[in-house]
Amino acid sequence: MTETNALELHDLSVAYRVNGRNRAVLRNLSLTIGQGEAYGLVGESGCGKSTVALTVVRYLPRNGSITGGAISLDGQDVMKLDAWALRRARADSVSMVYQDPGKALNPSLRIGRQLTEIFELGGVSGQAAEDRAIAMLNRVRISDPKSVMQRYPHQLSGGMQQRVAIAMALANDPTMLILDEPTTGLDATVEAEVLDLIAQLRQELSASILFISHNLAVVSNMCDRVGVLYAGMLVEEGPTDRVFSDPRHPYTVALLRCLPRGGQRKDHGRLDTIPGFLPGIGATIKGCAFADRCALATDRCRTELPPLYELDDGHGGIRLSRCHYHEQAQALPRATPSDVAAPARKEAPAVLRVEGLNKTYASHGHALRAVKDVSVSLRPGETLGLVGESGSGKTTFARLLLGLVPPDEGGTIELEGKTLAPRLENRSDDQIKAMQIVFQNPDSALNRSHSIRHLISRALKRLAGLKGAALQARLEELVRSVRLTDRHLAVKPRQLSGGLKQRVAIARAFAGEPRIVVCDEPTSALDVSVQAAILNLLADLQSKEDVSYIFISHDLGVVRYLSDKIAVLYLGRIMELGPSENVFSGPHHPYTEALLSAVPKLDQTETARIRLDGEIPSATNPPSGCVFHTRCPRKIGAICEEKEPALAEAEPGHTIRCHIPYAELARLQAPKQPVPA
Amino acid sequence: MSSSETIPDNTAPRGPWAEVFFSLLRSPTFLVGLGIVLFWVACALFGEHFAPYDPLADDIINALAPPSGEHWFGTDQIGRDVFSRVIVGSRDILTVAPLATLLATVAGTALGLFTGYFKGIVDDIVSRILEAFMAIPVVIVALLAIVALGTSKATVIVVIGLSFAPIIARTVRSAVLAERELDYVAAAQLRHESALHTMFVEILPNVIPPILVETTVRLGYAIFAVATLSFMGFGIQPPSPDWGLSISSNYGMIGGGFWWTVLFDALAIASLVIGVNLAADGVQGALND
Repeated sequence: MTETNALELHDLSVAYRVNGRNRAVLRNLSLTIGQGEAYGLVGESGCGKSTVALTVVRYLPRNGSITGGAISLDGQDVMKLDAWALRRARADSVSMVYQDPGKALNPSLRIGRQLTEIFELGGVSGQAAEDRAIAMLNRVRISDPKSVMQRYPHQLSGGMQQRVAIAMALANDPTMLILDEPTTGLDATVEAEVLDLIAQLRQELSASILFISHNLAVVSNMCDRVGVLYAGMLVEEGPTDRVFSDPRHPYTVALLRCLPRGGQRKDHGRLDTIPGFLPGIGATIKGCAFADRCALATDRCRTELPPLYELDDGHGGIRLSRCHYHEQAQALPRATPSDVAAPARKEAPAVLRVEGLNKTYASHGHALRAVKDVSVSLRPGETLGLVGESGSGKTTFARLLLGLVPPDEGGTIELEGKTLAPRLENRSDDQIKAMQIVFQNPDSALNRSHSIRHLISRALKRLAGLKGAALQARLEELVRSVRLTDRHLAVKPRQLSGGLKQRVAIARAFAGEPRIVVCDEPTSALDVSVQAAILNLLADLQSKEDVSYIFISHDLGVVRYLSDKIAVLYLGRIMELGPSENVFSGPHHPYTEALLSAVPKLDQTETARIRLDGEIPSATNPPSGCVFHTRCPRKIGAICEEKEPALAEAEPGHTIRCHIPYAELARLQAPKQPVPA
Repeated sequence: MSSSETIPDNTAPRGPWAEVFFSLLRSPTFLVGLGIVLFWVACALFGEHFAPYDPLADDIINALAPPSGEHWFGTDQIGRDVFSRVIVGSRDILTVAPLATLLATVAGTALGLFTGYFKGIVDDIVSRILEAFMAIPVVIVALLAIVALGTSKATVIVVIGLSFAPIIARTVRSAVLAERELDYVAAAQLRHESALHTMFVEILPNVIPPILVETTVRLGYAIFAVATLSFMGFGIQPPSPDWGLSISSNYGMIGGGFWWTVLFDALAIASLVIGVNLAADGVQGALND
């Protein structure tokens, strides 16, 4: 190779000083990104991904320090730069895009001002700067750059904000672009758009990309090469397709197995998990960092640090694996037995029946219909999955069921044949304990002032009416059933990891032996290995207790794993409702089709991609006719704008709200139709 | 099955309050403030034992003597030793101001919890009343109260406590409004908890930090208010050697060049207020870290 690499990290070690001790975060990390290459860095939270991004431009927090190694950016030794040269390097050659665009943009300046500022620093001002800002916005496919320039960040949607952040990052034509979880907070449809944009920009620009993500599928779609980071060490590296299809490190193998994939469902088997925890930052690691969690580990793994073995990548290049037994990595036994007894499907009467539920909010004098005419029913032991973009009314619907917000007059909610009062205060204790919720964010849902013991005992006291010894006995049983131990009871929530906190929340929801548990994105804040354990737990509890779930998630793989029925919501309306398999395999509503197409997949079998334009319209002023017509890729004509289609039965138990007849949808969506290139 | 359940070893070994405590011990601002306050507390408790003279004993012959080896801070117009009076003069203000602040905190916290928790119409009505209350100057309230109740320390405590309560209520209310949106409140409702339980057992422990900050800040203002009321004659009554009272009975002397009768009392008030404010700053810094 004659040209210099865009980025070279050589034996880089970084430590954070916590409680007076230096704790290693990155350990002898070496990696190289070539000119124009996209390199993906994956790993679970706490493994040091973001520290890599910060270290490259020496942006470490005050307690962080580079304890060894070298960083070379475009042939320039970053460690040797003085403050001024470092500033120039940051301004000219490296750009970063962070996870939360809302925080990267200044809330009190107009977009135009923030963009022109960058050019002004480069000596371009006035009209010229403005023209270049508009050109930048055009480049990130913002259709109306003039009006966007006039707006403040809060007036833009999350996807638009991230486009603006990308435009700002690209303004100086950097040689190195660092993307740190750029799509993590976005809806799947918006994420797909942003990823498409980044892929297109790669063709137009010469910039090399360091793409950091916990989402393996996203990285597999975006990057040429991928590095897997574990406890601050590179454990595997290689061409993306090779690493994901033929992993050579047990950690990569395990990580890939945690994902619910290929239509895996709870009655087919449990997901695999990774036992144990990531070593804490600064932990002393002898031998292989993953040894404690690896079923293949031998004494050699525990005492002797494996070097990065150089393997043949099958294309004449090399790939790396930090495993003594890399050739056996895929023989890693499952940590969780997959077998489950498929529960016998009973024809029991519905436990929940919702008829014509509506919720209208008053928003600045306009009626905002958050939920419109929703009817569903649910049998014991069944899971209803709710999917849709943010703003589709999923969470409002859940809150209506629970009585946390009262619905409009007219609709009915029946629990085990008895009509529920619209407000929580008017429901009986029995009705209340029968329907509980597991919230998305356990930090918000668990009172941080109370111990775990208090949190669960209080629920047992109030919901199960237990006291004294009976309460203690049930507490122990409940704690065991969510796989916590006594040692966890004495601590406060902040001392537990995200996955353990979510187990506490689940235990609390199950305290009163509920009939229905609403799960509102319970795993969206968790790492994949922890997510798998929580999904397994929910599936186990369901088969044991015959409880029904209403499961809300934006992750379709997760919904598919747990759900028997799926309701697809758009602007508060059910667009499609049916058995999970039928909804996923199709033929389905064009909106469902678009949602499924937006999900990044590890195995790129699909070629036809459907993208939705723009954002979900405002619920205060929904489109006429079919509410989806403004974004529908299969719109057939004026009828879609004029008449709202009814929820029509396509097959027994499977209804679709679309003017296109079912047979026609089936023809349109038939797989393997020739797609012109 | 799956994940072996250990508490990750990187969790903090100390609880959150222990962390606040250690961070206070490392804060020079707090330590200096605390030092000043403790000095005056010691004076209030034991001052009479180390004061060189009886602070109330007059000595007409030595009246208005300037500072000297015998009378470090000089004597006042009836010959009382100013140094001894300053030392012992901290007693009343250090009883009245903290009790007034305590009253304000208790009443303000309760009001703030109710208005923040119930929101809506309850909040609107109570908040407007509190705002109206805050618009009346403390001195006028004090004047009215003293006319109605007569002068006593209890009156001063009630007047200052009730005038500060709305300010604390406002702080607590805004903290409660933020807490109320958290899911643990919805979880409590889904257990049919009473409003009182939700307010005092669920929400209150989480709003202690802002209450603590507001209380320490208010203590500084309360000291100031007590001194002001005493100076105006509505507060602590003679023959107490209280600082505000002493300034009030001696400020006429400054014109005659007898500055020592006023200066040391004024410095004492200033140092106590500064000490409390430094400590308050330290508490705020430690809690907001």
